[in-house]
Amino acid sequence: MRAVKLIEGGVSVLDRNDVDTDQIIPKQFLKRVERTGFGEFLFYDWAKQPGWDLPVNPILATGRNFGCGSSREHAPWALEDYGFEAVIAPSFADIFFSNCTKIGLLPVVLDEDEVRAVMEAGTASIDLAAQRVSWDGGEATFEIDPEVQRRLLEGLDDIGVTLQQQDAIDRYEAERERQGPVTTALR
Amino acid sequence: MPKTLFDKIWETHEVADGILYIDLHLVHEVTSPQAFESLRLAGREIRRPDRTLATADHNVPTDGSTAAAQIRDQLSRVQVETLERNCEEFGVPIYSIGSRRQGIVHVIGPEMGITQPGMTIVCGDSHTSTHGAFGALAFGIGTSEVEHVLATQTMQQRKPKSMLIRYEGELGYGVTAKDLILATIGQIGVAGGVGHVIEYAGPAIEGLSMEGRMTVCNMTIEAGGRAGMIAPDDTTFEWVEGREAAPDPLPLEDWRALSTDEGASYDTEVVVVASDVSPQVTWGTTPGMVVGVTSAVPEPAGEADERALEYMALEPGTPISEIHLDRVFIGSCTNSRIGDLREAAELVKGRRVASSVNAMVVPGSQQVKAEAEAEGLDEVFRAAGFDWRSAGCSMCLGMNPDIAAPGERVASTSNRNFEGRQGRGARSHLVSPKMAAAAAIEGHFVDIREWE
Repeated sequence: MRAVKLIEGGVSVLDRNDVDTDQIIPKQFLKRVERTGFGEFLFYDWAKQPGWDLPVNPILATGRNFGCGSSREHAPWALEDYGFEAVIAPSFADIFFSNCTKIGLLPVVLDEDEVRAVMEAGTASIDLAAQRVSWDGGEATFEIDPEVQRRLLEGLDDIGVTLQQQDAIDRYEAERERQGPVTTALR
Repeated sequence: MPKTLFDKIWETHEVADGILYIDLHLVHEVTSPQAFESLRLAGREIRRPDRTLATADHNVPTDGSTAAAQIRDQLSRVQVETLERNCEEFGVPIYSIGSRRQGIVHVIGPEMGITQPGMTIVCGDSHTSTHGAFGALAFGIGTSEVEHVLATQTMQQRKPKSMLIRYEGELGYGVTAKDLILATIGQIGVAGGVGHVIEYAGPAIEGLSMEGRMTVCNMTIEAGGRAGMIAPDDTTFEWVEGREAAPDPLPLEDWRALSTDEGASYDTEVVVVASDVSPQVTWGTTPGMVVGVTSAVPEPAGEADERALEYMALEPGTPISEIHLDRVFIGSCTNSRIGDLREAAELVKGRRVASSVNAMVVPGSQQVKAEAEAEGLDEVFRAAGFDWRSAGCSMCLGMNPDIAAPGERVASTSNRNFEGRQGRGARSHLVSPKMAAAAAIEGHFVDIREWE
């Protein structure tokens, strides 16, 4: 994963709440077995509607509960492949938020009026280390889990980080009481 | 200190701060290929293939195909074949097309008895919350996390907040688990559960069958919840006992001890009056846009409602019972188990599907299909004019040939009425199996409490 540091530039606006991942990337594009090339299908059906305008920018500003529904990581893949490096919203769906952090697409939670101000400003700058978003005429700080922040800033491989705790996992498996079935034993 | 069901499972699975051990990892063809490929590129092994299980469901045609090679859609075929190849290479047990155990991943886990109380379970699918019906902690995850679990048998997860949804009163006649969860989502909203693991409790929950409990927990994600759970009780134990992967004897003392202690507290508590819930029908494009069957399509409360009404081609004030249907779909990980099919079959027995309606029943697994056929349910459905299909996700999400056409209006027992979910331009109304069955017969929604 590439490191996330300073993200600055234009802001694309999608002023809707509860945007689900079926809209971000419809199911017919989930049949691919690759991780790349989803950007051209981003908001595939909405993009055909009159008045649709979503320019390629580093930042997407949008409404509440963004990324709800299906757990498909294809949604963040498509947003990233399209050109977005960060998404700013008043709230995100949990699985979508987590998926974004795994691929280095920065999800930023701001208050609704702050998101509105970013939308109106048209450009913004996000400093992950300082946990601050600035735009012409204002700025706001945002919360992020310190461990997630560290991984994003350093571009760390999640699996590599966890495997540093391999001893703890080994010990856990050796010591704990067994839970659940052995799938390979089913006949 | 008194603990919740969620606290207890969390504590016994925390390997280190923010690292949770996973007892069972379920895998399907759509969200796994990139994970296997990354493992291969990094030269990593699967840590516990013996705690991993795969099936093919999303892409599977429901025409009775018995091998991946029979899938006509090339991309779908490649995806299923890729899963089969990956599982063989990495030593993961798989029940693919043609297996007697194949089916929707959230149907086969419980029916084989591999979903058990007290476990942590993950799958690259948001409806993994289903397994919480057994008193397990079950998370939907993305593909990067699938890869992480394959490599480490753990997931990185901060402890979510806890929410109790306490139901007061009992469900009325003709009102089902599906109506209960739809009404709950209508009350707390599609983001009402964000950041929370939800425990459902109260007499209305205790009175539900395991199928009903799975329906409730399944749709937790539609309320934004991270996971849904129900304390295991005798209903749970009776259901699990004797299944092929179930322990013998059941560790009843341990399982009973999982229930939330008296006096334990939750971050958020919500009360839903179960006895006030009527049969529910969604009218819009999120599961929270829902009303009782005796109501009318509401006046739009904002731009999102207006857009939803336009997509759904509905006028405010139209009685729900005057909404006419083109298709009826009984199936999906929400409502395709034997209990769901029995409820629907009972209502359609001796009747005929309306001539304007194309109706289908898709059992959730090959085992459900076999059980239903042994009981003669397939004959009941066929005689009524339903199409009786083979197991898969089918028209819940249209990644296979079962797709609604643009503009078609569908009464569906599935979980999402998002724009285009069941087919581009298709209009979905989420309902219970009973409501779907009655709607198929009449050609429009009816209040099954008064339907003769």
